[in-house]
Amino acid sequence: MTQPILDIRDVSLSFGSFKALDGVTLAVSPGERLALLGHNGAGKSTLFKAVLGFLAQGEGTITVAGHRPGSDVARIAMSYLPEVVSFPQSLTGREVLAYFSGLRGASRSEIDGLLDRVGLADAADRRVRTYSKGMRQRLGLAQALIGAPRLLLLDEPTSGLDPVSRHDFYTVIAEAAARGCAVLLSSHGLEEVQGQTDRVAILSRGRLRASGTLAELAAAAALRTTIRVTAKKGHADRLQADLGGRRMNGCRLEIECAPDAKLGLLLQLGHHREALHEIDVFAPSLNDIYRYFSDTKGDQP
Amino acid sequence: MTTRIGTIFAQEFRLARRNLWVGLATGILGLFAVVLGIFGAGQGAALDADALTLTAASLATLSVYLIPLIALLMSYDSFAGEIERGALALTLASPVRRWEVFAGKFAAQSLAVGVAIVLAFGAAGAFLALSFGTGSDGIAAWLRLMATAFVLGSVFVGFGLMLSAMAGRTATAAASAVGLWLVLVVIYDLALLGSVMAASDGIFASQVFPWLVVANPADAFRLYNLALIETAPVAGIDGLASTLPFPPTAALAVLGLWLSAVLALGIRRTKRIVP
Repeated sequence: MTQPILDIRDVSLSFGSFKALDGVTLAVSPGERLALLGHNGAGKSTLFKAVLGFLAQGEGTITVAGHRPGSDVARIAMSYLPEVVSFPQSLTGREVLAYFSGLRGASRSEIDGLLDRVGLADAADRRVRTYSKGMRQRLGLAQALIGAPRLLLLDEPTSGLDPVSRHDFYTVIAEAAARGCAVLLSSHGLEEVQGQTDRVAILSRGRLRASGTLAELAAAAALRTTIRVTAKKGHADRLQADLGGRRMNGCRLEIECAPDAKLGLLLQLGHHREALHEIDVFAPSLNDIYRYFSDTKGDQP
Repeated sequence: MTTRIGTIFAQEFRLARRNLWVGLATGILGLFAVVLGIFGAGQGAALDADALTLTAASLATLSVYLIPLIALLMSYDSFAGEIERGALALTLASPVRRWEVFAGKFAAQSLAVGVAIVLAFGAAGAFLALSFGTGSDGIAAWLRLMATAFVLGSVFVGFGLMLSAMAGRTATAAASAVGLWLVLVVIYDLALLGSVMAASDGIFASQVFPWLVVANPADAFRLYNLALIETAPVAGIDGLASTLPFPPTAALAVLGLWLSAVLALGIRRTKRIVP
């Protein structure tokens, strides 16, 4: 088991009477990509700021590469990309990267390689004013990759990007992770990070509601699969008597079942071949899983 | 440490140039210097003083308004704007120290004001000296003016940065910069003039009043320059320049004290910023 780069243990933070973080425990290991999901105000940005050492620490401990947030070791090990960043409009992309190279004490010779990696080599000497939103975000990513950090903190890095830009963005992140960089990125929804991260953690109202792989979350949620059966005329009553479920109208039946009972039910439906017009199977969507963890459980004390 | 301060310095100075602050400030200061010089040259013969000395006196009075304004305009948004745009969080996430950020910004913006002063006053001075002639006194007065104007500019760059770090938002920073300019440059003098007229004789006028005047960095700059120009035609609060109860260099010390105070306070406020 490798030592996690980012180790957050039982962290609570309050602003006055508002509890922004409540007993959050989370760890990210080298090479691992973890998506932190939560709606607006769930505490994602607060958690990031605590990890960056910008906020006075409340209860619990955070360590980055074994050191306190805000310490030199922690700041050198980690880099950050906020959701909205606007670099000075009158600087060129290359000048922006040179600035952060200087602050991080990194060599300027890696700037060309970074610009190339995020696809900005051609625009390197143009003013940031002329960049599109996607280009600015990629410049932000290049900035975050300066000095080969061991932990990338990306706060909703792809919100507002078109699907192609988003895909390119995750490719660069995957390359960084393949080199052993730990990635913690936040997002609004599961769809966006599906297949792009190794693990998912769901934060709601300052508390961590779930964490694991997508498959583990789906299993833990145990959301029921819905099978919608459309019967031929006159057969609906017999089908309902045999299989149960809810009648939607004269010929439609909806049957809910646990994920592992789905196959048996479908086989059973096979016996009524002559009565069936259509079968639709609705597996729980990513959105349903996310909503299950961020809303339903949030209402419990 | 030096690399990091140098990096911030280089970026800030580049921004001041690209945003046309240096060019604009040079143009305004140069224009006023030349215009005042040409007006002054007309009276020079009557007052038996050379054009450069006379212009240094009138330019000192005008610079008290212009240079703090230019310095505050250049610096007021420096922290507040970056906090609002999210850029400061990126800078502070790097291993840079807060005081290094402040020092780099301060050095770059002071230098930007200084470059504008040297270019504008230097060119205007050369033009006036060549056109109307001058002596060593005139040149000395002019060099004193340029050097102290640079220090005055630095004090107000420090003020602007401090307010910017304190406010955290552009609109608040702008309002407090305007307020500071009004208080130190305009209202302070008016209030003092009013009070000295109300109590024109006694301890206040002779002992307290001069110290109150020189306590203001803008007045200290003006008093220092005027006190060393014997032929300066002075009126109002500047009449004090010829009857100072302390040596003119005390005014320089006041400028130095203000400079250290705003730097210390500014760095303290910068350490408290939550980006």
